[in-house]
Amino acid sequence: MKGKIVSVAGPVVKAKGMKGAKMYDLVKVGEEELVGEIIELKEDRATIQVYEDTTGLKPGEPVINTGMPLAVELGPGLLASIYDGIQRPLPKIMEKAGDFITRGIEVHALDRKKKWEFIPKVKEKEKVKAGDIIGVVKETPIVEHRILVPPEIEEGVVESVEEGKYKVEDTVAIIKTKEGKKEIKMMQKWPVRKQRPFKQKLPPTIPLITGQRVFDTFFPMAKGGTGAIPGGFGTGKTVSQHQLARWSDADIVVYIGCGERGNEMTEVLRDFPKLKDPKTGHPLMERTILIANTSNMPVAAREASIYTGITLAEYYRDMGYDVALMADSTSRWAEALREISGRLEEMPGEEGYPAYLASRLAEFYERAGRVKVLGSKDREGSISIVGAVSPPGGDFSEPVTQNTLRIVKVFWALDSDLADRRHFPAVNWLRSYSLYLDRVKEWWEENVGKDWLDLRNEAMALLQKEDELQEIIRLVGPDALPPLDRVVLEGARIIREDFLQQNAYHEIDTYCPYKKQYEMLRIMLKFYHLMREAVEKGVDFEKLKNLKAKEAIARMATTPNDEYEERFKQIEKEMEEEIKRLMRG
Amino acid sequence: MKMEGMKYSTVSEIAGPLIIVEGVKEVGYGEIVKIESHGEERMGQVLEAAEGKAVIQVFEGTRGLDTKATSVTFTGKPMEIGVSMEMLGRIFDGKGMPIDGAPSPIPEDIRNVNGFPMNPSAREYPRDPIQTGISTIDGMNTLVRGQKLPIFSGAGLPHNELAAQIARQAKVTGQEEEFAVIFCAMGITAEEADFFMRDFEETGAIERSVLFLNLANSPVIERLIAPKVALTTAEYLAFDKGMHVLVILTDMTNYAEALREISAAREEVPGRRGYPGYMYTDLAQIYERAGRIQGKKGTITQIPILTMPDDDITHPIPDLTGYITEGQIVLSRELHHKGIYPPVAVLPSLSRLMAEGIGKGKTREDHHQLSNQLYAAYAEGCDLRDLVAVVGEEALTERDKKFLEFADEFEERFVKQGRDEDRTFEETLNLGWELLSMLPKAELKKIDDKYIEKYYRG
Repeated sequence: MKGKIVSVAGPVVKAKGMKGAKMYDLVKVGEEELVGEIIELKEDRATIQVYEDTTGLKPGEPVINTGMPLAVELGPGLLASIYDGIQRPLPKIMEKAGDFITRGIEVHALDRKKKWEFIPKVKEKEKVKAGDIIGVVKETPIVEHRILVPPEIEEGVVESVEEGKYKVEDTVAIIKTKEGKKEIKMMQKWPVRKQRPFKQKLPPTIPLITGQRVFDTFFPMAKGGTGAIPGGFGTGKTVSQHQLARWSDADIVVYIGCGERGNEMTEVLRDFPKLKDPKTGHPLMERTILIANTSNMPVAAREASIYTGITLAEYYRDMGYDVALMADSTSRWAEALREISGRLEEMPGEEGYPAYLASRLAEFYERAGRVKVLGSKDREGSISIVGAVSPPGGDFSEPVTQNTLRIVKVFWALDSDLADRRHFPAVNWLRSYSLYLDRVKEWWEENVGKDWLDLRNEAMALLQKEDELQEIIRLVGPDALPPLDRVVLEGARIIREDFLQQNAYHEIDTYCPYKKQYEMLRIMLKFYHLMREAVEKGVDFEKLKNLKAKEAIARMATTPNDEYEERFKQIEKEMEEEIKRLMRG
Repeated sequence: MKMEGMKYSTVSEIAGPLIIVEGVKEVGYGEIVKIESHGEERMGQVLEAAEGKAVIQVFEGTRGLDTKATSVTFTGKPMEIGVSMEMLGRIFDGKGMPIDGAPSPIPEDIRNVNGFPMNPSAREYPRDPIQTGISTIDGMNTLVRGQKLPIFSGAGLPHNELAAQIARQAKVTGQEEEFAVIFCAMGITAEEADFFMRDFEETGAIERSVLFLNLANSPVIERLIAPKVALTTAEYLAFDKGMHVLVILTDMTNYAEALREISAAREEVPGRRGYPGYMYTDLAQIYERAGRIQGKKGTITQIPILTMPDDDITHPIPDLTGYITEGQIVLSRELHHKGIYPPVAVLPSLSRLMAEGIGKGKTREDHHQLSNQLYAAYAEGCDLRDLVAVVGEEALTERDKKFLEFADEFEERFVKQGRDEDRTFEETLNLGWELLSMLPKAELKKIDDKYIEKYYRG
């Protein structure tokens, strides 16, 4: 079906003669066949958001409706790729168009020529259901790609399946169903705006270990959970997101650079192939998919990039993997919504954002979760979403932050005061929260220590107390406080500086194993109690000021991960002896 | 530039900077139009192309236009400029027309000023420093080739002097490399323009520079074109001619105001404080044109300058800029009042790309730790100033007094420098050590012993 352009204004094009078109159908706009999507229909007129620069587009040029919604290609070859917002591989665009992204470039998301070694997991005549694993492909050295019976085939019997080398479009199996024979290919397509089906949602109870102390120990994220990192510029949102993408113990990481800096994506592209996953020892890139729609790329594609990313995540979840998705930044996505909404002359809501901002955000975060995936056997998979939010002026009362907070369960509030004091990660411990604390408690108790939550809560209480004391200090100075309160300050300082602060650029400190986190906190709190005991027994506080143990505690974070157990024991012993010596006088 | 196409005299409406032409055919979105009225010629751009109708924004403004005697010719092309090496040493207006009396340089190529977004896969990560000769930048917030590092200033602060000084002194150290400065002024006063032109000419900096000047009384819309023209020129010099190009854009606040003015004229839904919702995207399309490309020698580095309305860093202009750029240099009114030039507030300033641009083989092995230590010591000194205000200096310990003294000296000697004092990296770093040597060795916790041994002079 062919329509005609009626008007062009920025990324919004109106066309007539579009009878039969459906909402969210993908269209090719103009002589150059720019990619667009229908976002409004009125009789035979369609409003289209175009994912490429529209300069030079003229009324009267043709609009071709593909009749298909915007969809992504799913199959082996996704991992280690970098795509733009509508899943065009950037290196392929570069081959075709050079260093700058021009228009009307059509490239396939998956390599059509590459052959993959397919190993069947079902036999002929076997009964299969949607979501069952037909066979596997070694996609990267660490990830086994599972080829599933697509959701649209409810059930059937395998008629033929054969091991061998196949291209993504080749048929690897034939399934006989009630509706006839269906060919199964390694590549499937799925519309990005439609959630992929699963059997049942499960409560998130296993923590997503990130190797970041303030996250794991203080405000834990769960596998299948949702979280937000809001913060003004310079507070370290992107560094935090990069750290999560690097060290999260997920099987697959999808990183969406949505309307952010080009150089940041370049940094990821350069670092991830070199960085080693602490679990497998392989380059992190082998489990990562990058989606880059930088701030200067077309705004409509930025809106789509979030959906492209989450659909890829769902695909790997359906294979039974734990997927972590980072979106940096959801504010830019919301702004893209606002921009398109403005061009459609819709009634604006708060701060010009469309009234449906809240529901769109909720829809997106609801695609996270730990689920029982489709298939005859019970298998589980999860998607955890962490969205960065960039509130204007660092003011959390703005609509994107507020609407996000109503949905997500973990709130990591970045604070520009902390960032100015070079306290990184600049997570404000008094404002942040995690609603998964009780849910992941059991896991920590089982795998790490019975007193995990007690330690964590005691440390929080100490920090809270410090905050109260700070107000007094502002009035009277620290010297006027009673010695026990000064011990509290000292204990809180140790937790702040030596536990909460973590150097993302330090070879060892960048990733802190969870057992080490627990041990560090335990020793710090023990030291605090020893100091208290000493003061209670009459030791002068001044004498506690220059304890050797403090220096040792400060070095715990950078103790190599394979030697820390030994060293920590020694630190613990020495600090006990040191304080005892003081008490003996 | 040859212009051809259909001519229409069917202007039906004129509103603010916009005109609407009826009965048009084959008009492309974003194409450039020529407008003639009473023997006067103006330029405009299509903002909305519809069947039989086009909305055009007029660069020179619509004063004196009428619906009867105005004719519009569509060129069928987006805004383009001719670029060439001969542009170096020349002065142009915001559209790229020469205003220094000499004829237009012969173009070596014609480029669309909007450019295209750089493919993130083609980018090379910035990692080589530029020496500006300013200690607070070179020592504490090093500028890296391919970076965009804005200066956040305020009305009445000497950002123009600082910009001119950077333009004059900026160089890449090490082997001889070709360096050029592109200076793009938006909405500055004739007096300020005069200052820049004279400064560039007197110091000889003009020879390696291209100036684009859009004055306060030039058309508003030209202000929106000027940075694009400047950056298109920069891309040619950097990626076609292999030069290291430093682009100074001043004042981005005027640019944003122009954006708001046009948006209001188009009756768009306003975002925060009346600025259009797409301001982030629009600014990004300017700032993101900084960078470097794999396999290409040249680089584009940007120093946008903006004046924060009422010194408010949360105002949309500095706020959105800060979200896009890789750090910021903040000027302080307090230091300015103390008579310190350049009044760079070291604590809130930041260069995000500094870490990879400095160190052994680039600046000096101790640079990293030295700048961390200077920052920490100065921050401590500043904190103590607040305390002194409450309890008085007598209450301080000997140690604290040293830090207090350090903070003062740091401002007097490290931050403050002459308007034509061009310090090398070496000089800046040595000065840093000289100041640190006021403090006891044991207090330099952020520096390895080996560097203390080598450089400490206390």
